[in-house]
Amino acid sequence: MNIIACIKRVPTTDAEVRFKADASGLETEGLPYMISFYDEIALEQAVLTKEALGGEVTALSLGPASGSKEIRECLAKGADKAVILTDDEWMSSDCRATAKRLAAAIGELDAQLVFMGRVATDRDNAAVGPMCATYLGWACVSGVIEMECGEDKGTAKVETENGIETVEFSLPAVITCNKGLNTPRYAGLKGIMAAKKKPLEEQAPAEADGQAVLSTVSAPPARPEGRIVGTGAEAVPALIDALRNEAQVL
Amino acid sequence: MDAFTQLDFFDTEDQYSEEECMVRDAVRSWVGDRFLPVIAEHFENGTFPSDLIPELAELGVFGPTVPAEYGGAGLNNVSYGLICQELERGDSGLRSFVSVQGSLVMFPILAFGSEEQKSEWLPRLACAEVIGCFGLTEPDFGSNPGGMLTTARRDGDDWILNGRKMWITNGTVSQVAIVWARAEEGIRGFVVPTDLPGFSAPEQKHKWSLRASITSELVLEDVRVPDSMRLPDAVGLKAPLKCLSSARFGIAWGGLGAAYACFDEALSYSKQRIVFDKPLAGFQLAQKKLVDMATEITKGQLLALRLGRLKDEGKVTPNQISMAKRNNVHMALEVARTCRDMLGANGISLEYQVGRHMLNLESVITYEGTHDIHTLAVGHGLTDLPAYR
Ligand SMILES: Cc1cc2nc3c(=O)[nH]c(=O)nc-3n(C[C@H](O)[C@H](O)[C@H](O)COP(=O)(O)OP(=O)(O)OC[C@H]3O[C@@H](n4cnc5c(N)ncnc54)[C@H](O)[C@@H]3O)c2cc1C
Repeated sequence: MNIIACIKRVPTTDAEVRFKADASGLETEGLPYMISFYDEIALEQAVLTKEALGGEVTALSLGPASGSKEIRECLAKGADKAVILTDDEWMSSDCRATAKRLAAAIGELDAQLVFMGRVATDRDNAAVGPMCATYLGWACVSGVIEMECGEDKGTAKVETENGIETVEFSLPAVITCNKGLNTPRYAGLKGIMAAKKKPLEEQAPAEADGQAVLSTVSAPPARPEGRIVGTGAEAVPALIDALRNEAQVL
Repeated sequence: MDAFTQLDFFDTEDQYSEEECMVRDAVRSWVGDRFLPVIAEHFENGTFPSDLIPELAELGVFGPTVPAEYGGAGLNNVSYGLICQELERGDSGLRSFVSVQGSLVMFPILAFGSEEQKSEWLPRLACAEVIGCFGLTEPDFGSNPGGMLTTARRDGDDWILNGRKMWITNGTVSQVAIVWARAEEGIRGFVVPTDLPGFSAPEQKHKWSLRASITSELVLEDVRVPDSMRLPDAVGLKAPLKCLSSARFGIAWGGLGAAYACFDEALSYSKQRIVFDKPLAGFQLAQKKLVDMATEITKGQLLALRLGRLKDEGKVTPNQISMAKRNNVHMALEVARTCRDMLGANGISLEYQVGRHMLNLESVITYEGTHDIHTLAVGHGLTDLPAYR
């Protein structure tokens, strides 16, 4: 089975974010990157599925050509090959354009199963997976926390506000992965050496114009500083007073 | 605990290949996720977290430069250095465990062993099915191992080993020991299974340094080993010294790791700690300490990097390794002491890392050639005049 894990390279969660001087986007110079948290889970699920059913895992990423380190990491963690759809505007590309380009590449790779993160940790859209499945006309289950998959169908569990839903799906399918689905492995040193010899291809992505274009970014308004009303039991009346009369939450 | 930020004042990141960075990052995340949460308790209890050994093996840190045919990863020396750096960012005891297994047990078998010894031991050591130790130091001979009293006496096709080794890392938990002994022909090395009659390895307790590392005595009482257990290409004192060179290379990087950990902790602590109404880091005295430390760490970092590149080019000399071990471990100890001081009373608590690193580094500055012995080695190199005796 051809399995794809879609991987987004995002700024690390503890990266100090700065804006470009003209506020047109993030200052990317010197920004540290990582594989988006949920995409790590997607990659692991792809590798686990390969280990169970056989086949090949391709890590697919839309991003800058310079982003190869994170993609090589996927090869070190068990992907067999990688494709980067090179796009230097990847950060400002909208969900629709991203989904359309990924779908085009997935079609060409002749895959039956695609794993993505539930959401990317930089933009928080949670949209690309379902949109991609829509373009492909495939089944889609999002936010999966547990799953089993065979050659032509599978079942997946999804946490909703009403409880846990169990979903049956047919292949081909796009699965977006949630926390708890698995524990991603570390890139072992042998894997890192093996990754050097695995193919990493760069391709131009399919044409797709964004319909929602990022125009400017600005910092959120500074939050007022916290205040310590006192310590120990004596502080309780002052705290209740502040919660009731200032914050008006009681 | 705040996320770790490694000081990189001179932007060395682009001096490392993508692969080297991946190796470093893999070990760094493992140490952060799996090791740091448990180390303080192990240090306090005087135990090594042996349940993590399979994970370390899976990661591939045992003998990473050993060729793949013998179970290693075939990495370069800079990668090995970065692995040691990241492990010692966790704890010197962790790095010691890995140094011994790789540089002091796998290396001599690879460098001086027979083909049978290599295929018998290396793959099992790489996956940590077998743990090994290295017995050179004796109660009366540390800095001067050439004076060793442990003997190897020929008896037909066998050798009879007698003597005592001290301060042997992992001795008690090893299944195999590389034992150095004096034969009539000179110093020879043996690959000794620890379950042979006459071999025992009681643990040395009551250490206040490297508490999360097992240290042992090796007692050899008429231990009979066949000649096939002798390392055929280990002839004379040069052989164990070569092993030490390999380990010291890693320690020069390890010192950096401990220094990074301490500096990172002290920097963020001093920015948050309010004294006399403002952050400690806002005082000139504190800034001088931070600047001095950052400068020394940066120098050590450049030294290690150059040392690694020289080693990968096959050009490194033992004296260059001596200088780097001497400088970086001393630097790390000074940094740890200063950081310990900057954390005030918290500096002596095991909830912080600085005190633990400071205590550990007191061993690291002594083992693998004391600071002074490396001074004499480099001095010898510079002047051509040996001053050891
Ligand atoms: C935690 C720990 C783990 C260890 N693990 C191992 C191991 O796995 N295998 C192993 O074989 N050994 C191991 N060692 C032993 C270590 O290598 C020795 O302790 C070290 O070589 C120093 O020897 P010594 O303790 O006998 O000190 P000594 O040689 O007695 O030195 C004492 C002092 O005298 C100084 N000195 C010595 N000679 C001279 C000289 N010529 N001129 C000026 N000053 C001199 C030294 O610098 C030092 O300050 C370990 C030690 C420790 C603490």
